[in-house]
Amino acid sequence: MDALQLRKQLIEYTAELFSEGFLDEQFTQLQQLQDETNPNFVVEVVSLFFQDSERLLNELAKSLSQQEIDFKKIDAYVHQLKGSSSSVGAHRVQRSCISFRDFCNAKNIEGCLECLQKVKQEYSLIKDKLETFFDLEQRLSATGGSPPLP
Amino acid sequence: MGIDAGMWKLAGSSSSSSTCRRFHASSLGGSSGEVKALVVDDSRINQMLHHKLLDNLGVENLVVCNGKEAVDIHVSGKQFDLILMDIDMPVMNGIEATRKLRDMGIRSVITGISSHTLDHVKQEFIAAGIDEYHEKPLTSAKLLSILNKIKHKD
Repeated sequence: MDALQLRKQLIEYTAELFSEGFLDEQFTQLQQLQDETNPNFVVEVVSLFFQDSERLLNELAKSLSQQEIDFKKIDAYVHQLKGSSSSVGAHRVQRSCISFRDFCNAKNIEGCLECLQKVKQEYSLIKDKLETFFDLEQRLSATGGSPPLP
Repeated sequence: MGIDAGMWKLAGSSSSSSTCRRFHASSLGGSSGEVKALVVDDSRINQMLHHKLLDNLGVENLVVCNGKEAVDIHVSGKQFDLILMDIDMPVMNGIEATRKLRDMGIRSVITGISSHTLDHVKQEFIAAGIDEYHEKPLTSAKLLSILNKIKHKD
């Protein structure tokens, strides 16, 4: 695939990520912050998001499997995940955290367990999609093509 | 790929971009000297984001991981025009850190940055002494409005 086709594919794929609500304006903000002094800024921030999210999802699964559920602790983890997903523009992950917090406040275990599955699902989706996005960017760069402006 | 936690010094002068303008208080019509900022946040993502936002505006900035480090750095004699303060942090949260800094006589502009939407939390933060509150995530536009307030303060 030549640079022009890759560029077109990247533009279309990015538009899809926004129109389907996977990403929001904050992701554009990240892209606009990237410059020649830090050309991997977006990848670095998103990598941190992946690390943080996986840690938090593990902690949530552990906490929800305890005999005595500490809803305050679970709420704190969800708050962190909501914050980091919001900072990178992972809109659907952020939205699923909002409902999760509501169930925490209501001390509803079933609701929390359902929400955990939902958050995991949304996280898995955005992780795949961002990895595809970065792969397209990398392939475009390898052909000497210039990335579209955010 | 990892970022070292803990204190980093990330000066705006390290930027090699020719388009990066140094953000002088004097260029805003205030007193001479560069604007210096302190980022106080335990989230590595927000540390990177806020540092980069400030760096791109040519604002020299330091990053610390919690409220205690923010207090300690002032005790060591460093001063800042702007402090971007998160709320929820280990060791010492942003509300307590703000209270301590104000008790120490620190008059820097302290901007509370958090994803808390609860009114009582915001009220507690304001009562502790922040100058204003912004919800995360911080954007370039929000940061510019904060820096403009420093101009008017000078």
